[in-house]
Amino acid sequence: MMGETHEMEGATAIPLVEMRSIRVSYGGVHAVDGVSIDLHEGEIVGLVGGNGAGKSTLMKVLSGAQLPDSGEIYVGGKPAHIQNPRDAKAYAIECIYQTLALSDNLDAPANVFLGRELTQGAGSLDDSAMEDATRRVMGRLNPRFRAFKTPVMSLSGGQRQSVAIARAVHFNARIMIMDEPTASLGPAETAQVRDLVRQLKEEGLGIFLISHDIHDVYDLSDRISVMYQGRIVDTVHKAKVDTDDVLAMIILGKKPEEASSEELAELQI
Amino acid sequence: MTNVADTAPVPGKREIPAGRLQRLRDLVTATEIDLRLFGMLLALAAILLVFNVLTDGRFFRPVNMVTLSVQAVSVAILATGMVLVIVSRNIDLSVGSLVGFIAMTYALLMTDWLPNILGMGPDFPFRWLIALALGIGLGAAFGAVQGFIIAYIGVPSFVVTLGGLLSIRGAIWYLSNGAAVTGLDPTFRLIGGGGRGSIGETLTWGLGIVGCVAVVVLLLNGRRQRRRFGFPVRPVWAEVLLAVLGCGALLALAAFANGNYLAPGLATEYARERGITEPPGGLKVPAGFPLPIILLIGVAVVMTWIAKRRRFGRYVYAYGGNPGAAELAGINTRLTILKTFVLMGVLAALSAAVVASRLNGATLDIGSSYELYVIAAAVVGGTSFAGGIGTIPGAVLGAFVMQSLAYGLSFMGVNSPGQNVVAGIVLILAVAFDSWNRRRGTR
Repeated sequence: MMGETHEMEGATAIPLVEMRSIRVSYGGVHAVDGVSIDLHEGEIVGLVGGNGAGKSTLMKVLSGAQLPDSGEIYVGGKPAHIQNPRDAKAYAIECIYQTLALSDNLDAPANVFLGRELTQGAGSLDDSAMEDATRRVMGRLNPRFRAFKTPVMSLSGGQRQSVAIARAVHFNARIMIMDEPTASLGPAETAQVRDLVRQLKEEGLGIFLISHDIHDVYDLSDRISVMYQGRIVDTVHKAKVDTDDVLAMIILGKKPEEASSEELAELQI
Repeated sequence: MTNVADTAPVPGKREIPAGRLQRLRDLVTATEIDLRLFGMLLALAAILLVFNVLTDGRFFRPVNMVTLSVQAVSVAILATGMVLVIVSRNIDLSVGSLVGFIAMTYALLMTDWLPNILGMGPDFPFRWLIALALGIGLGAAFGAVQGFIIAYIGVPSFVVTLGGLLSIRGAIWYLSNGAAVTGLDPTFRLIGGGGRGSIGETLTWGLGIVGCVAVVVLLLNGRRQRRRFGFPVRPVWAEVLLAVLGCGALLALAAFANGNYLAPGLATEYARERGITEPPGGLKVPAGFPLPIILLIGVAVVMTWIAKRRRFGRYVYAYGGNPGAAELAGINTRLTILKTFVLMGVLAALSAAVVASRLNGATLDIGSSYELYVIAAAVVGGTSFAGGIGTIPGAVLGAFVMQSLAYGLSFMGVNSPGQNVVAGIVLILAVAFDSWNRRRGTR
């Protein structure tokens, strides 16, 4: 499986980001076992797989939250050295974590600018400028958002999600990682996030989309990478598969043509 | 500061239409008044009032209030730093021992080391400042060592500072071979207050006016900042009200401090130095603000600025709210934690200067159990052990609440075990009230 070449859209273009032979192991368990994956401008790559398949760990390597044991990352064709979240942000890689990673006691502007605060004069925080910038980006993402002065702990799930997304969007990400972006949202808010994902794609961002929800991924993605026990089963163009094929790969960890008819029958599909 | 909600007409709570209630809420939000802090001010006022009634009006007098305040200073200074330590999910149990160690260092510096080792006799210029600088450096160094072990090696702060509490307290014995040391530099002793360590009538009024100007400048600046981006600003009447009340409070404090007169002996000296013949009843010389109070105000202002307006402060709160999020945001969380302990060490040096000055020296047990009073002050002031929540003005008020209780009880003749019983119960009640209030607030 390692070093496997998969179909690429516009194979001549240099991928926005390319991860090669990434390995991560926790105490002898290979959470990510030699995975290669790439992403192009204006492309959404869905990353699916069961619990513990290694999706989140792989993405944490890209966002700097997890150091890989081995493997390389190329951004725009050049080797990238990502040791921590700060490095990743320097490569315009932004991640929206499943847990949202918000400081609940701080307000929305403080969270949006956390670690990258605007200052004025002798390095004092410029809260008004940060609030202004947050209002602008929110005007685009969630125009009904008004709670710029309240700690985010008292916001709704959708509002908190908006704050997490605003943080990624404001800093002009080129590569965005979204880990279960709709997990905690109601139907209306989910639709809103989907629209946003499409909008960001239009703007030319490359997006890795992690989700349990196969339909979510199938609707939004251009390509889908299926992970199983730390490896990539296959990366497929959406047009060439249906959701049942993807489900079969998620569950069996094999490409449909490799699976026996008994196994497929057991899945009752 | 004021609570605008209370000044607006509120005719019988139940009849308020929902719209008006909402407007009131909006107003409180817009004026950014900290209701919790306001409540604490009321509690403090209530405590002073109750003691005043119980003592037939003998309690609430300038001389008592000045003494009470000066006694609260050393704990209050430490509490401003303890807030940041607790907000970032740590604890510092070593502050009391560190205060003792540095106080002993000051005493030895001025009685022995400076004159006998470094050749700086009593007439050497700025001896007090040299001693203070060395003390601050020592505090910062102790803080850095403890902070390093906590942040970079990963030993829990409870353990590290418990070890600090024991070993630093023990080390004081070796500094002085078990002896108490007295005889500080006279200039240094002014830090402790008293008649000579007070700034006098004119400067007290001057300081009140400077404070007034600062309040107005802060309000105007806040307004300008919000105008810059076209954000809603407070209504002008609210701004004026805040300015008038802020100014009024400061000038009232100045007047109150000037209502405290120099002790008869000092007043006689004062008269002799200026060639004034003392009237028969003795000369009444207003003492004004004591220097330790001014030191505390300075510390509280600087610490609030650090907490609210600096990246470091923002990171302390962010880490306390969600350590993982702070890490993922690219914050150097370890360095942030280390810095909180360095700051705590610096504050311990300032607190030690006040304590040593008041004693004119140092004993072996100086500063013992301070860590408990300091933690109590921070917690009564609204700091939460869950992390991420707590304010510096709250902690200072907390220190004053605790000291008012202790002073008031002792004024009424309750002995110190009795004061401890009350202090403990108040601590628990305050936190119980707070958690009840928070649960109600967050649905």
